[in-house]
Amino acid sequence: MTMDAAAPHCLLGMFDEDYTLDDYKGAEPRWCVGCGDSAILAAVQRLCRDEQLAPEKTVFVSGIGCSSRFPHYMHTYGFHGLHGRALPVAEGIKLQRPDLHVFVITGDGDCCSIGTAHWIHAIRYNMDMTVLVLDNGIYGLTKNQASPTSPLGLKSNTTPQGTVLEPINPISVTLGIRNASFVAQAVDWIPELVHDIVDAAFQHKGLSFVRVLQRCPEYLDGRYDAWVKDPGKMLLLNHENGIQTSPALASVYKNHEIHDPADRNRAREIASTSDPIPVGVLYRNQSIPCYENPRGPDRLYTPDVVKGVLEKELDRFTIQAVGGGGD
Amino acid sequence: MSTQILDETRQPAEDVTNADSSASRADKSRSASRDKDAVILEEHIVEVISDSGEGAQRCGQSFGSIAARMGNGIWTVEIIPAEIQPPARSIAGASGIRIRLASRRVTNGGDEADLIVAFNEQVLLKRVRDNELKPGCIVLIENKWRHDQDAGIAASYAATIDKLIADGHGVHEIPMEEECLRYVDNAKRGKNMFVLGMLSAIYSLDLEAARNQVAFAFAKKSSAVVESNIKLLNAGHEWALENLDMCFRIPPSDVHEPQIVVNGNVSLGLGLMASGMEICAMYPITPATSASHYLSDVFHNVGGAVHQAEDEIAACAFAIGASYAGKCAATITSGPGFALKQETIGLAVMAEIPLVVINVQRGGPSTGLPTKAEQGDLLFACFGGHGDTPNVVMAAADIEDCFYSVIAARKIAETFNTVVVVLTDASLASAQQPYPRPKIDTDWLAPPINQNAVPEGAKPYDWDATTGLANRFIPGQPNGMHCLTGLAHDRMSRVAYEPDINEEGMRSRSLKLAALQKTLKTPLVYGGDEGDMLIVGWGSTKGAIEEAVDRLRADGHKVSSLHLKFLQPMASGIGDVLKRFKRVLTVESNWSDSLDDTIIDEENRRYSELAWLLRARYLVDIDCWSEVRGQPLKPGVIATAIREKLHQKGK
Repeated sequence: MTMDAAAPHCLLGMFDEDYTLDDYKGAEPRWCVGCGDSAILAAVQRLCRDEQLAPEKTVFVSGIGCSSRFPHYMHTYGFHGLHGRALPVAEGIKLQRPDLHVFVITGDGDCCSIGTAHWIHAIRYNMDMTVLVLDNGIYGLTKNQASPTSPLGLKSNTTPQGTVLEPINPISVTLGIRNASFVAQAVDWIPELVHDIVDAAFQHKGLSFVRVLQRCPEYLDGRYDAWVKDPGKMLLLNHENGIQTSPALASVYKNHEIHDPADRNRAREIASTSDPIPVGVLYRNQSIPCYENPRGPDRLYTPDVVKGVLEKELDRFTIQAVGGGGD
Repeated sequence: MSTQILDETRQPAEDVTNADSSASRADKSRSASRDKDAVILEEHIVEVISDSGEGAQRCGQSFGSIAARMGNGIWTVEIIPAEIQPPARSIAGASGIRIRLASRRVTNGGDEADLIVAFNEQVLLKRVRDNELKPGCIVLIENKWRHDQDAGIAASYAATIDKLIADGHGVHEIPMEEECLRYVDNAKRGKNMFVLGMLSAIYSLDLEAARNQVAFAFAKKSSAVVESNIKLLNAGHEWALENLDMCFRIPPSDVHEPQIVVNGNVSLGLGLMASGMEICAMYPITPATSASHYLSDVFHNVGGAVHQAEDEIAACAFAIGASYAGKCAATITSGPGFALKQETIGLAVMAEIPLVVINVQRGGPSTGLPTKAEQGDLLFACFGGHGDTPNVVMAAADIEDCFYSVIAARKIAETFNTVVVVLTDASLASAQQPYPRPKIDTDWLAPPINQNAVPEGAKPYDWDATTGLANRFIPGQPNGMHCLTGLAHDRMSRVAYEPDINEEGMRSRSLKLAALQKTLKTPLVYGGDEGDMLIVGWGSTKGAIEEAVDRLRADGHKVSSLHLKFLQPMASGIGDVLKRFKRVLTVESNWSDSLDDTIIDEENRRYSELAWLLRARYLVDIDCWSEVRGQPLKPGVIATAIREKLHQKGK
């Protein structure tokens, strides 16, 4: 076959291989009706399609909890591991395979309780991955226990008289870690912004931390009703270096702030407000170095190269007996 | 006199190897004349004991290396206090090293010391208390304490010396500090090299080789430091020739091929690189960490990385992530960290991700004896997971075996897609022994990461009905997309709670151990093929057990030993071996109840760990003898224990 004949075929092949939304759909989701996770799944599938991510080059890593079922519902590689341990697994994957797109799906219990140490240190490592914390403020899978982000006074199976501890603020905590390089917040009831924020997170080189406030119709029904019903109780963060709200959305959500994501102090102030709920990119800093372990120069370590290094190492420790055998 | 000699030897560091220098000729003729009078020995056990920071270990390691270079078999054991800077002149602060050198290959640290160099009487008392001095032990001790301004110290020193002499030890009080101060301002730095010089003279070691060793040991330091240390080495050598009336010579063994001298942890690190693993995730824990120190220094040269994780769990999860995404990775830890990793190990077994977990055991439970040796994690390594977690367990028997075990572990982990636990312990971690330089084979390396498309219709867990083995799809392989899960799953990796599917998964994971077991060779019996008693051991005790067997057989006892490398699964044929002996005894370094205790009887006795395993599998009435003194087992102690057992009737 000549080159001329091959070229159009090749181009045709490219179009054939365009990924559609269906290409990213895995098992049928089994979340409860009205669960906020579904909107997030749809936004992420859209992102994969828009970015044309090769499914085999994409890995979704999760822990345990309702949200951590997420990888099963994607038709990519998925790693549904242990409660709290999604981040270190994802870090191992990324260090081994920088060529893979790594997403981490975790929840408020998974990330902010049992996996807290990994969360703090993942921010420190700042490896290139997108982390979505699907924060519904309750343990759903184990059936209604207070989580570290449950609102004060929430009655649950483990707190029948109501919680007595103030919730943790995942955004504030993350911003408190020096190496934080991308911190954003979204809400499941504005899907367009979930998509835009996840897209901005994906584009960011480094660890992007996105907290998605998410409704649990089963155990925390009505938690966000006031905000869902009153767009004025939302604070949309706009900036050319963050996300830009579309005119249609802006006409509904009129409470805006021009916030430069480079402004870390203002980001901290915004993060500490829970009413109105801020939505958008709070902080972004492209200059934070990614954790790059000294794996040596990026070259091919062929068996011969490895053997050469090993022989040199053995030389360091080798002794040749000088008096051997003579007596 | 000695000053004059030293003036002659003062020369630039780079010239120290010049064998034609007049100083060397002088040394050689001097040594040659002494050589004739030297007492020829089969072996000797030498210890150098000091306060922390006085360099006893560097001195001993150098001494061992020089002896090894001259063809001796050696084994060094570090004596490590728990604190980094314990109080000076304290019994608890005794820091040092034992060097056993012989005219044959040495496989363990031996029994009591023949010669001890002590920097003060308190650190020496630690060794006296631990019964580490052979009757008539030669003691070389720093004499400056005799006239210490503190009357208490002077009295303590004098009393100790008197007691040692009364006990029959050969005490030599030596003005180490006084001599050193002739060459350096601060004797605390450098006294160890003076001692090295003395030892070189006492054991008729080649001074030129000693100088080279010192230059090597201080290679990273300035030439002034090297020179100053060589000066002290020469001074110690000279002083011993002039003032000590003892000279030994331990003829070389008949080893001809090149040897490498490393400790067990460095051996593990070399093995890790030779196995083709590229990622080792860890969290600092004694006594495992030094393996990572070594790796951190060199791993990048083969494209590898040591990741210091935020905790033990993260280290294991990180290694699992790295394994999942490509080549098998390792995590290295010790008991407490191994406990924390158990849930993640279970995940790797369940999801069939290859993983090598190295546990450099220390004394337990809890924080236990962090710097001391114990073999307390065998049953834990076999049965530590919740639910059924069939993972492979193997143990390294000596320094050389640390190297090859890791290579084998990587291969098994990747062939069987499971977890391989490699057990070593604190006594191997810092012990040094020369072993034949490995002939690096690129077949040991992991194959490149498979990125080929998975055939249409292939399943991520396509368990073979006979072996339980399935392929593994690695991210990047087209058509291989699936969601791996720690939940019960079917062949498509879909979450499945159905009874049949759960049993199929359990069966397949378990069958893989049997499939591995079919490839294992029956270990060889050491000694005779049958007899009155078989000693069974595992891990670091091999050398000491076999030496005990040698001694007992020399006395006419029909005792043999069997050493197990694979603890889970165990090779075929072991049951037959056990049955060829009238009695079977395990010798281990972990706890077992003694029937001498009033309330202990056959119904409540807790056996040592290997004995439990063997009794359960082979239905043989296996006895055990064990010790948990935090020290490597001694051949003499083992031989005595076996003798007692042989004399007991019926047990």
